[in-house]
Amino acid sequence: MASERILEVEGLSVAIPTPSGMLHPVQNVGFHVDRGETVAIVGESGCGKSLTSLAIMDLLPLRATRSADRLVLDNTDMLRIGERQMSDIRGNRMSMIFQEPMTSLNPAYTIGDQLTEGPRRHGQSGMSEARDRAVWLLEKVGITAAANRLRQYPHQLSGGLRQRVMIAMALMCGPDLIIADEPTTALDVTIQAQILHLLAELQREFHTGLILITHDLGVVARVADRVAVMYAGQIVEEGSAHRIFTTPSHPYTRGLLDCIPIPGKTARGSHLGSIPGIVPSLIGEMPGCHFAERCRHATGRCTSRPVDLGDGLEPDHRVRCVFSPEELQP
Amino acid sequence: MSIPVIEVRDVGRTFMISSGFMRPKRPLHAVNGVDLAIEPGEVMALVGESGCGKTTLARMMMGLLSPSEGEILLDGKPIAGWNRSVIARAVQPIFQDPYSSLNPRKTVGSIITLPLRVQGAAEPEGWTRRAEEMMELVGLPRRLFNAYPNQLSGGQRQRVAIARALINRPKMVICDEPTSALDVSVQSQILNLLQDLRAELGLTYLLISHNLAVVEHIATRAAVMYLGRIVEQNAAEVLFSAPRHPYTRALLASVLTPDPGLGVPDTHLGASYPNPLELPSGCTFHPRCADVMDDCSSRIPVHTTVPGGHVTCHLHQNGGGSDAGT
Ligand SMILES: Nc1ncnc2c1ncn2[C@@H]1O[C@H](COP(=O)(O)OP(=O)(O)OP(=O)(O)O)[C@@H](O)[C@H]1O
Ligand SMILES: Nc1ncnc2c1ncn2[C@@H]1O[C@H](COP(=O)(O)OP(=O)(O)OP(=O)(O)O)[C@@H](O)[C@H]1O
Ligand code: SF4
Ligand code: SF4
Ligand SMILES: [Mg+2]
Ligand SMILES: [Mg+2]
Repeated sequence: MASERILEVEGLSVAIPTPSGMLHPVQNVGFHVDRGETVAIVGESGCGKSLTSLAIMDLLPLRATRSADRLVLDNTDMLRIGERQMSDIRGNRMSMIFQEPMTSLNPAYTIGDQLTEGPRRHGQSGMSEARDRAVWLLEKVGITAAANRLRQYPHQLSGGLRQRVMIAMALMCGPDLIIADEPTTALDVTIQAQILHLLAELQREFHTGLILITHDLGVVARVADRVAVMYAGQIVEEGSAHRIFTTPSHPYTRGLLDCIPIPGKTARGSHLGSIPGIVPSLIGEMPGCHFAERCRHATGRCTSRPVDLGDGLEPDHRVRCVFSPEELQP
Repeated sequence: MSIPVIEVRDVGRTFMISSGFMRPKRPLHAVNGVDLAIEPGEVMALVGESGCGKTTLARMMMGLLSPSEGEILLDGKPIAGWNRSVIARAVQPIFQDPYSSLNPRKTVGSIITLPLRVQGAAEPEGWTRRAEEMMELVGLPRRLFNAYPNQLSGGQRQRVAIARALINRPKMVICDEPTSALDVSVQSQILNLLQDLRAELGLTYLLISHNLAVVEHIATRAAVMYLGRIVEQNAAEVLFSAPRHPYTRALLASVLTPDPGLGVPDTHLGASYPNPLELPSGCTFHPRCADVMDDCSSRIPVHTTVPGGHVTCHLHQNGGGSDAGT
């Protein structure tokens, strides 16, 4: 039987040497993605979302080191394969939509060459078939006159168009897993809705797993099956989207949801909730809860020793806090 | 009615765009026949898709760009020919990106006092004190007076930009995507701050944002732009609870509130993005409109007055009240 689990990550950590000491931007992160499932990773800027996905793709910056207990795509142990096999996986079975579109589009080649290169190189399709799919995908992401666009170079497109080309490119070979890092943040709400529909449609078509990284809690609530909330390099709460949005447990998750105005719920013009203070530096070791400095509930217990990701309110729910999820409910 | 702080009358702006090597330049109508009046104390929101002309309109209101047609009035006086620093006394901007809008080689103190130097404010010996008061008002610790932008968090940088905008007591602040580069936890602090400052200093805002939840939360009025024109304008509670224009409806339907299980709504908008160099005939929205009627592609709709505002769509032109001029 083909396994339903497409990605399994356990004990993933990243370390980067910096002039002021060793930076630990990703610390012991673990989660999994099933076929057809959407897992969202949310959290404050700099909490390690992008580095987590780059670590999975084995595309970390040069000086960064990765360690993990398990990193398995379908049945392939990605900790035990060489760069050559990894590069095959990247073009073929696992693709990434990057936060910065320009970093992954090559300025020297036309959009058409770049879109069709993957499927042709991996022998999935011939030129005209690849071209047809490219045109179909470009039209799906809202690019008009798609056939003409294939002859254009990246610099001839606006930022929003480039982002959409990136999305089309990640979908060209029908991958098993897509990692989308802020795929729609730079776009309008109407085109965002279209692109989220497209991702869902392709997910159904190919039974693709999707890791969605975004700041936009509205997007997360609407499309994610499960949500991992990161804070300062660690997952602090993980659960079904329903659980996270209806009964958030971790004080950081609760704070985050209080910050956003919700039409129809937040009184117009009222003061929004806020999380005072700033994120801790991730240089060196930090003994206790990373959120302690900003947490209203912090006690001596929180900072004396590491706080584990413990059982939550249901089997698939986990919370990293010295208080139990029941104690944390208002 | 009081005199609007700023008024835009039938303003248009055309850019000449080259359409390829050796080909003649062609006009791009970025802003077209726009009327907008912002009363004292209002938060006027300007929304619409990327490229519809919001920033171009805002730049004209700040005197950074001159209109190709129409006129702009500050406190009832046309600003054509005014010196930029005179306009800057009354109208100040807060931009999207707190990272690139601050000079990395200047200290926080000198960034905040820059408008005083440029506008030649009185009593230079009091500038430092004014900057420190401003820092306190926007919640920046005084110890940051001599810090550089790269030593600040995103929220602190945006606070510096706000302090700089407010130091010479403008009447009007133009916020172009003021929080879109920020985390939600920082965004809420900045929105609370903008609200407090509005009450404390009697400010008037123009708020440009793609985040309609934010707009709905703080705007008092809202104008919706499509391809260079304002297609609907009204009090915020009217516009958000009973949108009239099909584009406004599609826009509001695309807002994703954090309600799990609701899924992503279908906007019923055609995906065909218009080419601004070849505007569609009749109503420029007709190729994408879910309610398009037979003559929408041939007849240009005019502004129709409705309670509290106006809308530009053939659906709303029956039953009188049509008002082609304004
Ligand atoms: N090449 C690098 N060298 C040194 N530090 C880095 C490097 N790349 C990232 N970092 C640091 O690692 C931390 C995590 O970065 P990451 O890009 O994963 O954050 P993120 O959660 O994706 O944030 P954002 O929401 O802003 O994209 C940050 O503190 C960042 O400054
Ligand atoms: N200096 C310029 N020269 C030529 N064209 C321009 C110039 N400035 C703006 N435009 C064009 O005018 C139109 C309106 O641009 P504008 O920046 O005002 O849009 P916007 O509504 O602010 O979009 P966004 O939401 O993406 O910021 C666009 O088609 C843009 O390409
Ligand atoms: S462990 Fe303590 S400081 Fe951390 S979130 Fe829980 S209560 Fe707050
Ligand atoms: S005028 Fe016609 S095409 Fe234009 S918005 Fe109204 S119904 Fe739609
Ligand atoms: Mg990132
Ligand atoms: Mg703009």
